[in-house]
Amino acid sequence: MKQIDECHEILADPYDYIRRFKAESQRKVVGTFCSYAPEEIILAAGGHPFRVFGSGEKIRLAEAHLQSYCCSLVRGALEDALGGRLDFLDGVVFPHTCDSIQRLSDIWRLNVGRCFHTDLVLPVKLDTDSARQYMIDVLRRFRGELAEKLGVTISDDDLRGAIRLCNRIRIALTRIDDLKSERPGILKGSDFYALTRAAMILDRKRAASLLEEVAEELEKKSAGQAATGAEVKGAAVSGPAPKRVILSGGVCNHPDIYTVVEEAGGTVVGDDLCTGSRSFSGLVDETADPITAIAGRYLARVVCPAKHRGLADRADHLVRLVRQKRAQGVVFFLLKFCDPHAFDYPYLKEALDREGILSMVIEVEDRLPADGQLRTRFEAFVEMI
Amino acid sequence: MAEKDEAKEKRKIKAVAKMKEIMTAYYIEAKTAEQSGKKVAWITSGGPVEPLIAMDVIPVYPENHGAMIGASKMGVDLCEKAEAMGYSSDLCSYARADIACAPINGGPIGGLPRPDMLVCCNNICGTVLKWYEVQARFFRVPLFILDTPFCHTEFSAEARRYVQKQIIEYIAFLEQACGEKFDYDRIMEVGRLSLEGQRLWQAVLDTAMNRPAPLSAFDAFFHLALIVTLRGTQQTVDYYKMLLAEMQERVAQGIGAVPDEQYRLLWDNLPVWYRTKWLSEKFASQGACLVADTYTSAWCGSMKYIRETDFIETMAEGYSRIYLNIGVDEMARQVMEMADKYDVDGIVMHSNRSCKPYSLGQYDIRRIVQEKKGLPMLMIEADMVDERSFSEGQIETRIDAFIEVLKGRKA
Ligand code: SF4
Ligand code: SF4
Repeated sequence: MKQIDECHEILADPYDYIRRFKAESQRKVVGTFCSYAPEEIILAAGGHPFRVFGSGEKIRLAEAHLQSYCCSLVRGALEDALGGRLDFLDGVVFPHTCDSIQRLSDIWRLNVGRCFHTDLVLPVKLDTDSARQYMIDVLRRFRGELAEKLGVTISDDDLRGAIRLCNRIRIALTRIDDLKSERPGILKGSDFYALTRAAMILDRKRAASLLEEVAEELEKKSAGQAATGAEVKGAAVSGPAPKRVILSGGVCNHPDIYTVVEEAGGTVVGDDLCTGSRSFSGLVDETADPITAIAGRYLARVVCPAKHRGLADRADHLVRLVRQKRAQGVVFFLLKFCDPHAFDYPYLKEALDREGILSMVIEVEDRLPADGQLRTRFEAFVEMI
Repeated sequence: MAEKDEAKEKRKIKAVAKMKEIMTAYYIEAKTAEQSGKKVAWITSGGPVEPLIAMDVIPVYPENHGAMIGASKMGVDLCEKAEAMGYSSDLCSYARADIACAPINGGPIGGLPRPDMLVCCNNICGTVLKWYEVQARFFRVPLFILDTPFCHTEFSAEARRYVQKQIIEYIAFLEQACGEKFDYDRIMEVGRLSLEGQRLWQAVLDTAMNRPAPLSAFDAFFHLALIVTLRGTQQTVDYYKMLLAEMQERVAQGIGAVPDEQYRLLWDNLPVWYRTKWLSEKFASQGACLVADTYTSAWCGSMKYIRETDFIETMAEGYSRIYLNIGVDEMARQVMEMADKYDVDGIVMHSNRSCKPYSLGQYDIRRIVQEKKGLPMLMIEADMVDERSFSEGQIETRIDAFIEVLKGRKA
């Protein structure tokens, strides 16, 4: 599909895309660092939100600022910033996430300079009234700060427009996600990855229509398959139906993982990833006060382990997800040195064990473990489930 | 030889015995709380303990427990146990050690007393949030989270409102957990004692401004226990009064923490608990005294925000603006202030792989301090509890090289 090719192209060199997009649109580009950065407000201010991941360059400059026991995401982002590869950024927004992002914010503010800097110190707990009020207060303040920094005013209508746009993206991605779980063969995992990631880079208007087109085409394809009675679980491929797995973890910057799972006889039918469903799940109420509504989505959305909403929230969600997607196993994908996820792993695994759901864990530093090794582990896992 | 022993004897701090006595009694009381009918709350080291004291709840500190585990060299074993439970070896070793202790009553005191409630204040790190979630699930007891927004460059008005509201929620939580009304008169008294204790502790640390310094950071690591665990009690006030008098006496007599103090150093980050003795002897043997540190002073650093007459209202700010909950530039500023105050010749930084909020940013602090003060800096890579991250040979070589630099500068 040409839309999917477009996404792959952008992912091959996101910085180049942003530079071109910026030159054409004259929009200000605002870097963000986590899925709790309110893209709606950035868009309403006429800015373009860009989620910073780092391009995987060898760490040289960041070595002078960050010890080796810091996650590759934080080190990689700083490396690119110090190397001038992010010179298109007009500003950055650091939502309060983990201890490492927090310190990255300080280090960035002191060393990268040039672009404007905002800390969005969101609440860490999400399950009390006072936290809800604080979340709203902080987002309101951010709206004012951003307007000032970009020299614009942000009206409620601007916000509503941005909310609608972001919701369109979320709805389209959810449709695709659902289809992929219904008919895993309909879309390759690496294509799904490309779509979700491109939605964090692309001009959001383009992203919305692109994703809607993809959803529509896939729905047609799926209806066609149903009509002809084509193999439901594994599309046209012969052999046994692939085993259905869920990916769970933080940031996944490794599209290859989907391919390795598929080659081992599995297929990813859903995820609880920061770069996956957590980035598009939940909608913002389009009728309520916009800031309250944006806060509302964050409070209700699937929670990130750096935030607190009860003691079993994430485990309950994961088990529910497995059931809902009729998955046969869970692959935990953990980034080395990521504290919040590493702390949750034992309890999540235990919750799965209790339900008789098999799981495996892979820990990744900046690149995937050697190909053969990973393949063998996946093959063994897929056979087991 | 006899003379040498005498000098050594003279340098020993006498209050040590009293401290051990108090801490032993404290842990016995905590461990027998069930019999006395008192409630036990586990609380983070930076958490507001005063309301607990006012409610007669016994506060217990898993981090202090972590330190004890480290000091008794039980860290590696417990950390490995935590790893067997699925916890990554990259997580904070206090958390790992404590989590592993709970199900087996392990560690130097046979496990901490079972909590009736947990109080987690995230002003020191995000780790404690996850750690307390783990323990709340394990013990099935209520957890209160005091969420203190990070102060990168400021403490915002919104944050103030949010934390103040949570202090009220905290009190309601305690009333519920204890089944008793909160005593607002008592908290005034506890608040007063807390502040007095902090002032005295600061005064104790300040005696190290003298040459020679009567106590070193290694002593401070030990005597810190009370300001952490029993802040807000008369006992703590009395103890630090006594310790202060002893320090003043040492100053008057010219007794230093190390024989023949040549170099005065500032320590940054948590202690290396399983090697405090080794490190202290290593530095002392070269005439280097760690006269101050950023760690033990963290328990009195935010005093300036708290008003005795308005304790409940102002503690929100005091507890939010502590050393680890602020930006790297502000930390660097405080390090330089301390370097001036204690007139140090160099700075020793412990890059502690367990503690990201303390350690990430250290390279920048080092750079800023070097640029502005031109002080020699030594960076030691280690971990506070997990000995597997300590390479003696390498660290020894680096300390020796550092002392050479100091020597060169003095010459
Ligand atoms: S991957 Fe983990 S440690 Fe790294 S920035 Fe994200 S939450 Fe923080
Ligand atoms: S050592 Fe650091 S990470 Fe561990 S509990 Fe203390 S402040 Fe948190």
